[in-house]
Amino acid sequence: MKLFAALAVPLAVGGILLYGLLHGVDLFAAFAEGAKKGLRTAAAMLPPLVLFLAILGMFEASGGLDVLCHALRPAAELLDIPPEVLPLSLLRPVSGSGSLAVFREILAEYGPDSAVGRTASVIQSASETTFYTLTVYFGAAKISRQRYALPCSLAGDLAVVLSAGWLVGRML
Amino acid sequence: MNWILTILALLSIVFGLCSGRMEAVGSAALQKCGEAVPLVLSLAGALCLWSGLAEIAGRAGLTEKLAALFRPLTGRLFPAFRRDSAVLGLISMNIAANLLGLGNAATPLGLAAMERMAAGGNGAATREMITLVVLNTCSIQLIPTTVAAVRLSMGSAAPMEILPPVLAASALSLAVSLLLCTVCARLFPDKGGAR
Repeated sequence: MKLFAALAVPLAVGGILLYGLLHGVDLFAAFAEGAKKGLRTAAAMLPPLVLFLAILGMFEASGGLDVLCHALRPAAELLDIPPEVLPLSLLRPVSGSGSLAVFREILAEYGPDSAVGRTASVIQSASETTFYTLTVYFGAAKISRQRYALPCSLAGDLAVVLSAGWLVGRML
Repeated sequence: MNWILTILALLSIVFGLCSGRMEAVGSAALQKCGEAVPLVLSLAGALCLWSGLAEIAGRAGLTEKLAALFRPLTGRLFPAFRRDSAVLGLISMNIAANLLGLGNAATPLGLAAMERMAAGGNGAATREMITLVVLNTCSIQLIPTTVAAVRLSMGSAAPMEILPPVLAASALSLAVSLLLCTVCARLFPDKGGAR
């Protein structure tokens, strides 16, 4: 499995180059043209990302996350979600590096093979940094009205948080 | 998103005042906005590499073949682009990279597809764009390599044992998101403009 994962990128790069060469594509010209588009994409996603990260930083520094976790604790107990994974659940859609740090702390404190550790593992792997993804995708495409994108995406994350504990209990 | 960002900003002022951490809140805003630059720069290399390779694949006709392979799935999810093999090809490569857990490759391909779908539009997201974003916010990775690595480093006896519940949770999340997407698309149809 490890070899397979390690092979994926080199194979994709080598395979595309070889395929292009065999089909008579001017590799450098085509690559430069595409890479230029990639650079423009990077430039387009910077401005919305600046706003997003600045506000996220403000909220984290204000201690808002602790307050939210405290407020949501009774609801979590009612829904049978281990309260230990609440901070992770709230942080996961917002910050990739932040949630990874919290995930490590949970594993260190409760052990990776405990029920809490397993539930945290499922939440960490089955959901994405939703807010960041939305910011980057819509930012790059210069879309200002995202319409129902956020509620649809967050519904998936919520489904993971609600089902993770139950799935771990049933399947492991 | 506009509302959420504003509410978060106002909340951090309130919490900052309550906890007396107002200075930290201010400096966090200034420090974190700077972090966006190295983040974009670190992505820029991957963006250029994969966009460049995607261009080669496009000119060589590889994208079209991939698009045809995935059409039964993508054609249904993105009906407006059923005949657009450039967009469907990029989406297919985005999905394939996501399944393999190659986030660095998936993002540039997904962004390229987004830009093409948004071309000539009116700045409002269409149903197809939202579907693509939802596919990318639900983690559809087949093997949770990062999490397994962390578990292993923390002394787990079986780092990969979480695979079945992870796949079940991912599938559930994708089903819920796509279902809600379909319902929303019925309730709030796309207004003319983008195709």
